[in-house]
Amino acid sequence: MIPLMEKELVDRHGWITSEEFMEIITLSQTMPGIFAANMATHIGWKLRGVPGAVISVLGNILVPILIILALAAGLHYMQGNLIVEAIFKGVRPVVVALIAAPVFRMAKTAHISRYNFWIPVIAALLIWLLGVSPIWVILVAGIGGFVYGKYLEKKEVQP
Amino acid sequence: MIFWKLFYTFCKIGIFNFGGGYAMIALIQNEVVEKQGWMTSTEFTDIVATSQITPGPIGINVATYAGYTSVINAGYDPFWGVVGAFLASFSVILLPFILMLLISSFILKHKEHFVVKSIMSVLKLTVIGLIAASAMLLISPETFGSYAENPLQFFLSIGLFAAAFFASLKWKTSPILLIVLAGIIGLIVYGC
Repeated sequence: MIPLMEKELVDRHGWITSEEFMEIITLSQTMPGIFAANMATHIGWKLRGVPGAVISVLGNILVPILIILALAAGLHYMQGNLIVEAIFKGVRPVVVALIAAPVFRMAKTAHISRYNFWIPVIAALLIWLLGVSPIWVILVAGIGGFVYGKYLEKKEVQP
Repeated sequence: MIFWKLFYTFCKIGIFNFGGGYAMIALIQNEVVEKQGWMTSTEFTDIVATSQITPGPIGINVATYAGYTSVINAGYDPFWGVVGAFLASFSVILLPFILMLLISSFILKHKEHFVVKSIMSVLKLTVIGLIAASAMLLISPETFGSYAENPLQFFLSIGLFAAAFFASLKWKTSPILLIVLAGIIGLIVYGC
């Protein structure tokens, strides 16, 4: 998605510079939500204000919505079909593997160490075994990060 | 009223999603399967599979399809399923959209500030745990088959899981290719 966006927005139309594009990537990753939709929102807003943001985010999601809807309706219609069921029986464990794999990929980029590995472990156990809502876990983690950041800031100011 | 609940649930999923598409899959799984019980694990994995091989942001695809299935499972006809699909996908981007308009200049100014960086690094670590929990919850007889009922499916599932996990981590094999291959294997083994 990123190279495609860069080619269209920076190279082809020249709507934003390369530096701005990089900055918007960081911004969209920092903000909650869907990365591509955040990118579209900000770039649309930068170019044409709020209407621009609405139009570009809709442009970004409308076609995928229609495609997946067509598939959803088709598969609903074929519910109980033995061929479809056979295919999905093979696919399901692979889907679970595709959700498990990013855990290890992300652990690398998140700079996991012996001082902080307990954070994902506790989060996983709370959600998996105790049935705690991920929303609460994220909320507490966000507050924890804020408090820790403030603590570091204080230490920096008065060494 | 399922539509109000759908709106509220997907708004929540949108605003609490830090960390990309897989984090969103994990959030949606927890809400629609574990909390609300709108669908089974089997239905959810099928939705993720279909969303993986379809273009567009995976978070949007899963939200759309999950919205559709939740409404259909509640006993409505496909027309209302389509309404649910649009509702879920618009709800999931609504709050981040508003937030982007309101505070993006503030974030752009302070994105190097270490309070922001500290929040982001803790969230990044937490999201890893969230995705791991989601994967653990999805490893079940519903997705792998049960040893007692169908040992062939059970062992083949474990093999496919291990192979896909390894290929994805080691060779970064594309999810689309892995899903298509597994589909062909499923078709040959279970369909004939």
